[in-house]
Amino acid sequence: MKGSALPIRTPEGIVFSQTLAGPVMRFFAWLIDGLCVMALMSFLGGLLRVFEVLSPGVFNAVLTIAFFVLNLGFNILLEWVWRGQTVGKKLLGLRVVDAEGMRLRFDQIVTRNLLRIIDLLPLAYVVGGLSLWFSRKCQRLGDIAANTIVVRIPVVTEPDLDQLLTGKFNSLRQYSHLAARLRQRVTPAEAGIALQALVRRDEFDAVARLELFEQLAAHFQTKVPFPQDAIDGVSSEQYIRNVVDVVYRTSASA
Amino acid sequence: MIIDLQRFIRTERPVWNELESVLNRLEAEPELKMSLGEVQRFHELYERATSSLAKLTTFSSEPATRQYLESLVARAYGEVHETREKRSRLRPLKWLRETLPQTFRRQIGAFHLALAITLAGCAFGTVATLIDPDSRHVTMPFGHDRLKPSQRVAEEEQRTTDRFSGNRTFFSSQLMTHNTQVSIFTLALGGTWGIGTILILFYNGISMGAIATDYVTDGQARFLLGWLLPHGAIEIPAILVAGQAGFVFARGLIGWGDRTPLGSRLRRVSPDLVTLSIGFALMLVWAGFVEGFLSQYHEPVVPYEAKIAFGLLELTALILYLGRSGRS
Repeated sequence: MKGSALPIRTPEGIVFSQTLAGPVMRFFAWLIDGLCVMALMSFLGGLLRVFEVLSPGVFNAVLTIAFFVLNLGFNILLEWVWRGQTVGKKLLGLRVVDAEGMRLRFDQIVTRNLLRIIDLLPLAYVVGGLSLWFSRKCQRLGDIAANTIVVRIPVVTEPDLDQLLTGKFNSLRQYSHLAARLRQRVTPAEAGIALQALVRRDEFDAVARLELFEQLAAHFQTKVPFPQDAIDGVSSEQYIRNVVDVVYRTSASA
Repeated sequence: MIIDLQRFIRTERPVWNELESVLNRLEAEPELKMSLGEVQRFHELYERATSSLAKLTTFSSEPATRQYLESLVARAYGEVHETREKRSRLRPLKWLRETLPQTFRRQIGAFHLALAITLAGCAFGTVATLIDPDSRHVTMPFGHDRLKPSQRVAEEEQRTTDRFSGNRTFFSSQLMTHNTQVSIFTLALGGTWGIGTILILFYNGISMGAIATDYVTDGQARFLLGWLLPHGAIEIPAILVAGQAGFVFARGLIGWGDRTPLGSRLRRVSPDLVTLSIGFALMLVWAGFVEGFLSQYHEPVVPYEAKIAFGLLELTALILYLGRSGRS
């Protein structure tokens, strides 16, 4: 497994990346699907008992064919109807997509599922697992043949800057020339770190949170030193809040 | 420079929402045909979203919005840049009449290879049985080595009870599922650059050659034809079609004389693999049905000539179907 993301460059020169699903997540998705197939089989076994009225032979025949079709067709049908997802993949936020970012096609779904028979060899996905591990795009043999990859669907949460920033007086904005210089000197990466620190502030324990914001505040103070009266009585966390407000919002909208 | 993220999101959000709703519509209705105006608008929305992503990547490192835009652009990219023809609605009759036989003929080279390997296996099985009759214990599957053909024929013809009584349907279903599994395996082993497919076809050939030689040398050729032809006329070609699919897959992997990337080569052969797979599965369902309900009846219940004629009729129909159907 060479990387966790697959970058795709569009003809327009834009690069977007697909986050590849790792072997463990995919194994659990397969396990969930396996349980679903077993549950469906036992349900179907009960339902098909109606054929026993004809003869036990007919019942056994219908059961054999139904199990075979279900085993082979469960993933194919769901991945087709749910556009690359099965029950397991839906629960774990995974999706099968075309390796080059194109539309997933029915023949790709069938190919990757037919070749599962090789990936399962000699038992419990050893061949598929090894292929997954050594493949650059984290593909089992079925994926290589069908030119598909399994990606993680990002849970998209838009940053709520209003909630993070409003309601507080921003002392840095009093010095508009320094605020402009700060906007000019801070790189997107630095700004991103500051914003993420604020977004995720509740995930840290108290000491780590204090230390982190102190370090960040010290760093940003070296970028553009503000007069003492702008930072007097302002905690490190509030200072970073003010920096983010200046950097991400060119005008105070509060 | 860092963009005013909030204003940027506020301005662009309606465009992203509109693009998202178009994508949802396209994904929910694969048959949807957009008007020229809708296509133009869709393309415009896609370009706005990609430009937003470019701006965000360059002027801000805010990951959540970027991730959202990346997933939006990824979905739209597939729809905008897809050049493969959208498959029309499922039409089973057209598929049977045109798609399957045309695909078979398009990949005829791989079929010839599968046939040649099976024939080589047959020749090997024949020679092995003639030179060393004891090799039957290795070359013959399903207990065929236990009885001499003449003993088996005598047993079958004197049998007064139906050994499959009540279980014929079950037996038939087991044949269908088992043979389909083996054929899928033969196809899938194309992933070993075709080596696995060659081994399976060659071994099948050995078994067929050994059994046929055993029956012919024991003077039971008529029984053999009557027993094998009704289902074998379809089953053996089905396994050859599975081998054909395996070689098509292997050729896509190896890419002899083809300088296109591996992904493109495999994308090109993937529809043919699926067509051939459905084809051999259907053939095996028919063969399983015939084997369960006709092949196991022998004289005096069903005359061998009738069974042989039926088998020959099937084979002729199959050759005509695969060779002629769907020609313009």
